[in-house]
Amino acid sequence: MFKPDMIVAPNILKQTLINLKNRDNFTLLLDITAVDYLKYPSKLESRFALVYILRDESFKKTISVKTFLDESLTIDSVSDIFYSANWGERETFDQYGIIFKNHPNLKRILNHHEFVGHPLRKDYSITHHQPCTETESLMDEMTPLLTSKGFTEKEQGELMLINIGPSHPSSHGTIRNFMALEGETIKACVTEIGYLHRGFEKSCENHNYSQIIPYTDRLNYCSAILNNIGYCKTIEEMLGLEITPRAQYIRVIIGELSRIIDHVVCNAANMVDLGGLTSFWFIFSARDKAYDLLSKLTGARLTNSYTRIGGLTHDLYDGFAADLDDVLKSVEKGIDEVLSLVEHNRIFHDRTQDIGVITKEFALSAGITGVNLRASGVNYDLRKTNPYYFYDTFDFDVILGSHGDIYDRFMCKFEEMRQSIRIIQQAMERLPKGEINIIAPNIVLPKKEDVYGNIEGLMNQFKLTFEGIKVPEGEFYSASEAANGELGFYVVSDGSGTPYKVKCRPPSYYALSAFSKIVEGDMLADAVVTMASMNFIAGEFDR
Amino acid sequence: MGLGAEAIFGDSVVTTKLDQAVNWARSYSMWPMVFGTACCGIEFMSVAASKHDLSRFGAEVVRFSPRQADLMIVAGTISYKQAPVLKKIYDQMCEPKWVIAMGACASSGGFYDNYTTVQGIDTIIPVDEYIAGCPPRPEAVLDAIIRIQERSQDESIIKDRIKKYKGYLDV
Repeated sequence: MFKPDMIVAPNILKQTLINLKNRDNFTLLLDITAVDYLKYPSKLESRFALVYILRDESFKKTISVKTFLDESLTIDSVSDIFYSANWGERETFDQYGIIFKNHPNLKRILNHHEFVGHPLRKDYSITHHQPCTETESLMDEMTPLLTSKGFTEKEQGELMLINIGPSHPSSHGTIRNFMALEGETIKACVTEIGYLHRGFEKSCENHNYSQIIPYTDRLNYCSAILNNIGYCKTIEEMLGLEITPRAQYIRVIIGELSRIIDHVVCNAANMVDLGGLTSFWFIFSARDKAYDLLSKLTGARLTNSYTRIGGLTHDLYDGFAADLDDVLKSVEKGIDEVLSLVEHNRIFHDRTQDIGVITKEFALSAGITGVNLRASGVNYDLRKTNPYYFYDTFDFDVILGSHGDIYDRFMCKFEEMRQSIRIIQQAMERLPKGEINIIAPNIVLPKKEDVYGNIEGLMNQFKLTFEGIKVPEGEFYSASEAANGELGFYVVSDGSGTPYKVKCRPPSYYALSAFSKIVEGDMLADAVVTMASMNFIAGEFDR
Repeated sequence: MGLGAEAIFGDSVVTTKLDQAVNWARSYSMWPMVFGTACCGIEFMSVAASKHDLSRFGAEVVRFSPRQADLMIVAGTISYKQAPVLKKIYDQMCEPKWVIAMGACASSGGFYDNYTTVQGIDTIIPVDEYIAGCPPRPEAVLDAIIRIQERSQDESIIKDRIKKYKGYLDV
């Protein structure tokens, strides 16, 4: 049975986390969540438990710390120790109603301000709709923020307050940034999210394990397959099974292709925000080729649902290798063309260098992962530190930046695309023959001729479809390197075919929580480019 | 060769009805306001990009200011938190205006039948065309734009457009 690594009493939780951080070097707080045990089959100490997931300095070890809360549902906030705890705790308050003492700004984050109740509690019905009639003014956050920065009431009146979003071309989605400007300089920024909160986690609790795969597509919809892989990998690890080598290689190939597409979208949109529309046309034709390939392979352009627990939906088609080669060539050509336009371009350098700088220390404290962290010079890539799917056998480099500015993030993405191409080429060379699905009737659907041909096959199909895959009881955290960083899933199973709880650790949620601190003091036009360079995907951080 | 002015001046003049001329111009220069929130917004980028090329239909001038647009494309899931924003932006658009609900979420809430998702934007604003798909292929979006172009042929500059619609945010 999977269990959290540590269970501590609530009154010593804060001290435990401080010790873990200072003594054992668990410097990265990955995620905070709660579990509501109201309908859990076995009896536990109390109804609510909190879970903190941390990662150590070498990035190899994770630890999960759990505490059962008493009736008051109150606990000390750790947002003064870890910056990332700020939004992590706010989300837990919003979804479960757990109160964090001394939290600087404990208010709802994903649900709207008129919402009553806490949706992820087990006694909240999934279809209990609550419309919202008005958007929040956010002055309740802005005024204290400005006061804390030393602005008097009169000075506050002289600042210009503007909204960037929730419907604004620069937000590439639905982020709302409320900014106080002095001239064109940002003096204070408040970020509000939740405009695309679609109830991913509540939906997971109402669908069986296989039905969740399409929901994961729509987390980071620019690289759907990487989410499929992250989720299926977690469930497979819980089931204790290893998928076939061919399936692993195909997952690597298609996953890296998705990473390329994701970086293409991010960089192309970034250049549009800088005013360079030509680069967008250049590199998007490569992306369209990749989408044609994916729709040929999976049947969908964007939302592929290509993986299954235990393998894949189907094998590669005949002529895949030639198509893939064509796509990779046009990606390479696209990269070269775009770089020839911007690499030595003075305007581009002036707009991106030493702007939107994220320091190493701040990035780690804020829980930023992925390219954004690597551009700040931290060598952390789950494909290297905790290799899965033969990643340790591929020859590729982790690309690091030196300044952590927009320029570094931009160039790191281009270079990572080149590295992904290298990985794909090696994987295609070594692609083994064989089955793509494991042989396990209680996990993988039977072949169609068995379903229509004999009673065992029919029963098997029926049981798997209606009851779902039975995952052993326990709680488990697993992560993979998605396009934006560490994509983790914390799954609680009660032994049935439906998960008791699924918590997604979205990389861009924590990156976005740091955004307001990064842009304060910068110019407004630079904030737009900073936002684009960090690749915030609304489906991912709002879930 | 026609009658009237055309008989005298030849090909250098065309006589037509004012409504027809305005509708002709209007339908081939739709300015879309893309209310892109989610996955469909990403697919809309493909509609506008090189391969599918929206400008073939005269609708490539994507405006993010509702006051300059006459076609609203709601691309993506609308949550209850977003609904007042959508309504406000729709109200800011000038008549005549059309709305396309792109994809399953905008049309009906899609497979997000839960506490946070609006079950179809037609509960907030009137919708002219729905596009099926999750997300729809770019060709389907182009098809919907062509259908809107056909619809816009029936407008008149003299008569007001009839408005009977009432959504849950209209009180």
